Amino acid sequence: MNNDLVGREFPPTAPYLVGREKVREFARAVFADAPLHTDLDAARALGYADVVAPPTFAMVIQDHTLQQLLAEPDSGIVLARTIHAEQRFQYSRPIVAGDELTGQLKVTGIRALGGNAMITSEAEITDADGAHVVTAISVLLVGSEAEGEAA
Amino acid sequence: MAAFTVGDVVAERTVHLTRESLVRYAGASGDFNPIHYRDDVAAEVGLPGVLAHGMLTMGIASSVVVAALGDVKSVLDYGVRFTKPVVVHPTEGADVHVLAKVGAVDEESARIDLTVKHADTAVLVKAQLRVAL
Repeated sequence: MNNDLVGREFPPTAPYLVGREKVREFARAVFADAPLHTDLDAARALGYADVVAPPTFAMVIQDHTLQQLLAEPDSGIVLARTIHAEQRFQYSRPIVAGDELTGQLKVTGIRALGGNAMITSEAEITDADGAHVVTAISVLLVGSEAEGEAA
Repeated sequence: MAAFTVGDVVAERTVHLTRESLVRYAGASGDFNPIHYRDDVAAEVGLPGVLAHGMLTMGIASSVVVAALGDVKSVLDYGVRFTKPVVVHPTEGADVHVLAKVGAVDEESARIDLTVKHADTAVLVKAQLRVAL
């Protein structure tokens, strides 16, 4: 594992426009049946401009940032040996259809664990005004024959 | 919002996953890792079968809580550790059971602890969703 990755910051990802039908599609996929995810009137009644994404939708934008990390030629990360060990989201506000979101990834830690490495990264997701929406923190376990949930 | 009392059950639900659920999540999320829909690839890398995406399980757990709350505005943070995979059988699928209870309450927030099991085994640990009061 390449310890030089710690502290590395990646350029912001291209703006991602959150579509209404994408939110509905994602909500259906995660069995999110609260009306605010799919019903425009229900979302508006709660004060939102459009349908509201489920909390883990931020992963869609975070994934674009993690692709940058995986593509680093010196990362030493092989997808087939990578396991998603931990995930956390810290929210400033919910994601709503119509948002234009950008993610910026920073590698915050690498820890050796036996023959494996735990890589912690934080993707800060901001809106078109540059305001913070959510920070997505991932811990990836990179190694061989590791136990856990595959990414 | 109703007051939270430690130990109260916020929500409980069993979700039945099929291979279709995994393909649907792959498309919705953009995670097309073939271990989530191809038996041959899963076997090749030594897995016991095709697995549900960890993020699908995490997403189902928060969906159960949000359905009970009715809104996501109060959600401050949500984190999990993935411990065991959910193997989704091609014909029988797999059940994921979610139990959400109030774990702690302070002046500003309540911590909702999620117990997420498949075949009586915890698949997520330290699954906690914190909401503002």
